[in-house]
Amino acid sequence: MKKRVVITGFGLVSPLGCDVESVWKRLVEGASGVTRLDDPERSIFRSKVAAQCLDFSPVPYIEIKDVKKIDRFAQFAYVSGIRAVEASGLDFTRENPFRCASIIGCGVGGLGEIERQDDKLANSGPNRVSPFTIPKIMPNAASSHLAIRYGIHGPSYSVSTACASANNAMIDAFKMIRDGEVDVALTGGAEAAVSRLGLAGFAAMRALSERNDEPEKASRPFDADRDGFVIGEGAGVLVFEELEHAKRRGAEILGEFLGYGCTTDASHITQPDSDGVYAGAALDSCLRSACLEPSQIDYINAHGTATALGDVAEVNAIKRAFGNSAKSVSISSTKSAIGHLLGGSGGVEMIFSLLAIRDGVIPPTLNLERPDPQCDLDFTPLYAKEKRVDRIISSSFGFGGHNACVVASRFWE
Amino acid sequence: MDKSQIEAKVIEIIATQLGREQDTITGESDIANDLGADSLDLAELMIAFEESFEIDIDEDNVGNITTVNDVVDQIAKQLDK
Repeated sequence: MKKRVVITGFGLVSPLGCDVESVWKRLVEGASGVTRLDDPERSIFRSKVAAQCLDFSPVPYIEIKDVKKIDRFAQFAYVSGIRAVEASGLDFTRENPFRCASIIGCGVGGLGEIERQDDKLANSGPNRVSPFTIPKIMPNAASSHLAIRYGIHGPSYSVSTACASANNAMIDAFKMIRDGEVDVALTGGAEAAVSRLGLAGFAAMRALSERNDEPEKASRPFDADRDGFVIGEGAGVLVFEELEHAKRRGAEILGEFLGYGCTTDASHITQPDSDGVYAGAALDSCLRSACLEPSQIDYINAHGTATALGDVAEVNAIKRAFGNSAKSVSISSTKSAIGHLLGGSGGVEMIFSLLAIRDGVIPPTLNLERPDPQCDLDFTPLYAKEKRVDRIISSSFGFGGHNACVVASRFWE
Repeated sequence: MDKSQIEAKVIEIIATQLGREQDTITGESDIANDLGADSLDLAELMIAFEESFEIDIDEDNVGNITTVNDVVDQIAKQLDK
């Protein structure tokens, strides 16, 4: 028999801060985490705006001597994971360690460390390259550090589907619990690629916003004047748990993960299918997996990165899957406030979606001042909207053509 | 630079890298067994010594290093060259 999967805790590190409640308050109020890059190393590229976790500190969660052994992306995941576990009240010493999992998405791994060690290799020679290079840059470091922390001996691995990584990680965690393989999973995603190579690479693709003089206005999903995404960093980690397991220990249940839909464009390595055929199929399959009609979805946390092609493709996808309900569902892109967390985005966006259910508030799409005529859906422009939310879909579409949509709801017995 | 100066600097580097108080480290301290360094910590420490003293520690001699005194001897030998 299939098990029900509920969420009992979450934690995040984001450009709006590292405390869930204050980040959520700022998001709903319309605050932006995007700033101008002004350090000499990283302000040489076409795009000089980014959403960084400027007030993040790994201490006290990571001992000072260990900070240099763990890359920033894995630090984000680690701290988010610890806060998620604290919020859930889980005590891993009372769990069967083989029935716990750690599945964390990450798009690129320790890009900043790759650059630092490559500099060492070039400038000081092979004998100066740190022995921590490989354990720092590997994308699976995040899931592994959390497994070490909590003595998790069940499955642990990273999932890498670019910007869909976190959603794909959560889908894997969901399936393991649903199928009875494990009782508990730490899952979500993390990324820290606001580095020289990250900026240079995305800038070379003309994927990044170059609205350098107005950083807070740079991320403008579905707006006619959008000019690319704002690169962000951060992590969102959630505690997924089998329903009866959560009930037995008297955990507070924050929502239920109902299902998912995954498809692949299989057309171009970066450009989305502009008609949204396959992204639409992912949304459709997501609805079917939970036996839901489009009219039963109250909120879609859109992928909405603010690229010229991507936003229109997503609108087409929603129209395909939702039909007549496309116009009535509330949608927003929280990337307008926190930028694009790449492999970390799905984790943070699921947390925001669960908070929308809890508080009955749709967070806004900032900077949507002049909607693109091709983006003619209800994107909750500029201001948050009060509305009862029972069921949500959170979409992520990654370079490589990976479409991963997930559906969650309020918890009912 | 005499051996006591080398030792003071070596202890300072080890303390920083391993997150320990300097007064818990002596010349006789076994870097792995007493101070808790794993194999990666040891490799990282060698790089820190090389950079700090501007020397190259011969790979063949790294295997013979166990205590803080072993490190000090190696560095003194290299500085004499």
